[in-house]
Amino acid sequence: MQVDQELTKKLAKISRLDLTDEEVIEFTESLKSVLDAFSKIQEVDTENTKMSMQPVDIRNITREDTPKESLSSEEALSQTNHKQGNFFKGPKVV
Amino acid sequence: MNGFAVEEEYQEKTQGELSNLKVSVKDGICVKGMQSAASSAMLIGYKPLFNATAVQRLLDKGAKVIGKTVQDEFGFGSFCLNVGKGFTAPTNPRDEERVCGGSSGGCAAVTAQLGDDHVSLGESTGGSIVCPAAYCGVVGLCPTYGRVSRYGLIDYANSMDKIGPIAKSVKQCAETLSVIAGSDEHDPTTLQIPVENYTTYLGKGVKGLKIGVIKESKDVDEAVLNAFEETIRLLKEKGATVEEVSLPLTTKYGIEAYYVLALSEASTNLSRYCGIRYGASEPLEGTFNEYFSKVRGKYFGKEVKRRILLGTFARMSGYRDAYYMKALKVRTKIIEEYKALFKEYDVLVSPTMPNLPPKIAEVEELTPLEQYMMDVLTVGPNIAGMPHISVPMGKGIPKGFLIIGDHLQEGKIIQVAYELYN
Repeated sequence: MQVDQELTKKLAKISRLDLTDEEVIEFTESLKSVLDAFSKIQEVDTENTKMSMQPVDIRNITREDTPKESLSSEEALSQTNHKQGNFFKGPKVV
Repeated sequence: MNGFAVEEEYQEKTQGELSNLKVSVKDGICVKGMQSAASSAMLIGYKPLFNATAVQRLLDKGAKVIGKTVQDEFGFGSFCLNVGKGFTAPTNPRDEERVCGGSSGGCAAVTAQLGDDHVSLGESTGGSIVCPAAYCGVVGLCPTYGRVSRYGLIDYANSMDKIGPIAKSVKQCAETLSVIAGSDEHDPTTLQIPVENYTTYLGKGVKGLKIGVIKESKDVDEAVLNAFEETIRLLKEKGATVEEVSLPLTTKYGIEAYYVLALSEASTNLSRYCGIRYGASEPLEGTFNEYFSKVRGKYFGKEVKRRILLGTFARMSGYRDAYYMKALKVRTKIIEEYKALFKEYDVLVSPTMPNLPPKIAEVEELTPLEQYMMDVLTVGPNIAGMPHISVPMGKGIPKGFLIIGDHLQEGKIIQVAYELYN
């Protein structure tokens, strides 16, 4: 695996993170050392091992499908600077 | 006070069995109307419209919230130095040149400064309750995964996050856990198993209990090892059977598997912060992607960005099988390793941290990888979801003694902890 500034920039793009040039340099160094360390788990023989998504056994729990009170539009919009009428306002799509 | 992000009072019911109890709450756990920011600039100004279930259960019994405590931003750290812009990193109340531990550092620092009419609600993903408890000389209890509802917790890694108490005594931790534990319709990952009254385990003694000392945990600083061995002698004197045990796989691969999973989950969780619905925002300019990238680049701290990049890599097409999926399998093997020992032993013990609380200047010299490695003794029970408690041991600069139990054996770890520290 080639860990270089291009990889860092690609990850930043996928993650929607603007990085400064200094950050790209610093994080590339971190990626190199940390990913190298993480690679150690390849040594473990897991051929017949299942994955544990959680550490304990969790079963699906369902509830009756009945409506309950939830946040009003006013409450849901109470934390934002970007709203219009009863809606959140976002940046343009294209 | 050193350790608080917000000092405000909030009470819903003045009468109840906990009406004399003050509760401080880790910044990443929601308290209605009180800024809950996980100590990130991204969430400055966010005042939740609801209480986390753990908070609500204490309020329902009359407890009073007295504020939010500083943490590493989103829980990303072991020393409480990675706080977001606009937050002040707490210092160790026993020695201000030293760190208080993280990520629930403010919880432990505040607990050390307040009396026994106070408990703090902390949260642990990889050791964030017991690490600061050990460094600040207080008690921290991290329950079994799913024992306490995560509703109202600002997520770090959903498959490992646990809310638990930090207090001056084992008794207070047992009392608090008895109140906050239990299933919750708002969190489908809570366990549908009745909650015990954990205070019934106080004073039961350790006679007849079989305790396994994790032999790989002895590679620690001399002062820590001396206090640990002294505590082991004490347990033997009190009638426990103590034997050395081994956790080779957990010791060798635990940190790596833990960080792969924690950062993978964190990178998805943090994708919700986009500067629109709550928290930080900027004028709406550019396209969606340009706007999100600008806000996230500006308001996330450095360690947050680093962990998002690492977690995104571990889940990325082409690498996912080798990192994320592989780590999920390694987790199975780690759980099996613990379970095999719990067939024979009631609890396992080790020092909580391998060192004394380091000086702030020393931590600043460490690389990120060196910092991650400090979690060597705490990631095991966290990746396996095992309950664990840290109690102070020895004299002088604070050190912690870690007691780990099998899933849902909170009673046993409380039983042993009380015998050592009451």
